[in-house]
Amino acid sequence: MFSRKLFGALAGVAVAALSASGAMAQAKDKIKVGFIYVGPVGDHGWSYQHDQGRQAMVKALGDKVETTFVESVPEADSERAIEQLARTGHDLIFTTSFGFMEPTLKVAKKYPKIKFEHATGFKRAPNVSTYAAKFHEGRYIIGQIAGRMTKSGVIGYVGAFPIPEVIAGINAFYLGAQSVNPDVKIKVVWANTWYDPAKEGDAAKALLDQGVDMLAQHTDSPAPIQAAEARGKFGFGQASDMERFAPKAQLTAIIDNWSDYYIARAKAVLDGTWKSEDTWGGLAENMVIMSPYKNMPDDVKKMAEETEAAIKSGKLNPFKCPVYGQDGKEIECKGNGALSDEQVLGMNFYVKGIEDKIPQ
Amino acid sequence: MRFELMPRTSVSPVARALAPVVAFIISFLIAGFVIWLMGRSPIAAFDVYVLQPLSDPWSLQELLVKATPMALIAIGLSYCFRANLWNIGAEGQYVMGAVLGGWLALNTHGTEAGFWVLPLMLTLGIIGGALYGLIPAFLKTRFGVNEILTSLMLVYVAQLALDYLVRGPWRDPKGFNFPQSVTFDPSATLPPILESGRVHYGFVFAVIAVLVTAVILGRTLFGYRLKLTGDAPRAARFAGFNSSATTMTVFAVSGGLAGLAGISEVSGQIGQLQPSISPGYGFTAITVAFLGRLNPLGILVAALVVALTFIGGESAQILLKLPLDLTQAFQGILLLCVLAADALVSYRIRLVTRGGGK
Repeated sequence: MFSRKLFGALAGVAVAALSASGAMAQAKDKIKVGFIYVGPVGDHGWSYQHDQGRQAMVKALGDKVETTFVESVPEADSERAIEQLARTGHDLIFTTSFGFMEPTLKVAKKYPKIKFEHATGFKRAPNVSTYAAKFHEGRYIIGQIAGRMTKSGVIGYVGAFPIPEVIAGINAFYLGAQSVNPDVKIKVVWANTWYDPAKEGDAAKALLDQGVDMLAQHTDSPAPIQAAEARGKFGFGQASDMERFAPKAQLTAIIDNWSDYYIARAKAVLDGTWKSEDTWGGLAENMVIMSPYKNMPDDVKKMAEETEAAIKSGKLNPFKCPVYGQDGKEIECKGNGALSDEQVLGMNFYVKGIEDKIPQ
Repeated sequence: MRFELMPRTSVSPVARALAPVVAFIISFLIAGFVIWLMGRSPIAAFDVYVLQPLSDPWSLQELLVKATPMALIAIGLSYCFRANLWNIGAEGQYVMGAVLGGWLALNTHGTEAGFWVLPLMLTLGIIGGALYGLIPAFLKTRFGVNEILTSLMLVYVAQLALDYLVRGPWRDPKGFNFPQSVTFDPSATLPPILESGRVHYGFVFAVIAVLVTAVILGRTLFGYRLKLTGDAPRAARFAGFNSSATTMTVFAVSGGLAGLAGISEVSGQIGQLQPSISPGYGFTAITVAFLGRLNPLGILVAALVVALTFIGGESAQILLKLPLDLTQAFQGILLLCVLAADALVSYRIRLVTRGGGK
């Protein structure tokens, strides 16, 4: 009797100890976090903002995290750099460009215990999450501002590559502009680069020469907005607040805020609660932030703030149906009152009114 | 007062052999000094840059992966450069090899096509690069157009052609409209030499190219003709060697090897076609060819050394948190030192104090 009781108690302790040790194996006291950047940390755009997120993580989590980054990693030759992070004891690895998708998956397969986070991709695995931001929400707002502010009636856009994210950005920008100025025209120039200040500046100047007085950009350096500043025209910051490069020209900037996400994901690994997920955050989730509205009349500023609030609350979707294609035909509405996420993520058509042609 | 470079009357083979070694030591001293100025340990940096990659099997294998395309392209370029023909467009020939070979991979995708796909792909890669290399050669021999300009400009044409294909007709229909092709089938994938490794058969091709080139240059009339065309074009013409035929041949060989590098990289390493399939291998290979003094074995060594600086640079970022700019500066210093050492072995500096100069 006694012995059976004792045995039962012992077994209970053993079970408790087992489950405790199971939990211990999951949670960690300290982790190493690695980052792969496609550009230099000093681009003041895309990679710069990811590095800001890394620094915010270090600030928030202190000595619980040790971080490493590798910058300017060519997409065609990134597998080695990712694997090098995996081999040097990193627990969580962020690969921050679309072109790192296949290499990330290949390395993740070899290192199943390490967690990977791939930005802007669409392929996941048990240890690979994806994350991206709804930049097009911000682009709708800057489109409205440009539509109201333009005097020439022609607004310009420096695009990087004709991939869905950039196309969706142009469409959202133009739909915003059209919503306040139905006759507005848009000119698009493709720089065919994410980061090349000289090329981006040339593209911007070509647009300004054609009479554009509002300049939006989807490339990472401050060169386009600086060109606008030099000509006394207006522009919008990309990825980071570019006010210091163009104090008179910047109306606002669409800031990529990865900090909250990076801190949350590192915490999840520390707590042992990390799961493979797909995150697509916008203004509401603070992943996209508008820098202060400046250099514009009060009524335009008020409109921008109202639009921002409406998008945040979910009242307004930049791609609310009906959306018309370039040929004037209505695009099938696959989402709930707006285009579906898949339609936006894979967008390869221009909306009605854009006279440019998508290079293919 | 000015400096003049005077050719040395005799150069000892020992000095010639030691020149690159001395160049290495000097460039490491300079880089070490910079690292010391940054408040870091130069010894730790040397360990991470050089010793660790050379002592770890994984890094050694990565070294071969990285060196493969550069070695293949540079071997090809050495044919051109020996004949004093300046093929600057290997990057474009690399891309066109990948495009033509990739075409077959995409057309057999999802079919029961068998073992013949891969050899045919590689052959198409060679043909694609060779034909593309023949364009500047033809323009030069037929119309006397400068091959430096045409070969360089054709790089952009090739890159934009690939860009067009992966955004348009060759785009993966299930890829959310992102500019990339489907991933190649196993039948169109160049396998790794060791099952679990990353070194693919492209490295074997590079070694074969080195050996064959060594034999051609040392033992054949064609190799002799090549040297003569480069060193003394008039003498070559008097000897009855046709310089047009030589031009066409070396551009075809050079383009073919660049094309082979392209299709090997795409099918063995990347696994699909995408807008960017090279971090500038075709241009780095020019450096590699000269670092290796246009000697086949030298080129193989030079490719490994350049690969080491890339991999060491990544390790330095990860382990020492040293910036990438330092790696790039180091690559520049290394090249300068090697070229300077080479020049100083063959020439001596003379200080001219009076007359002559303006």
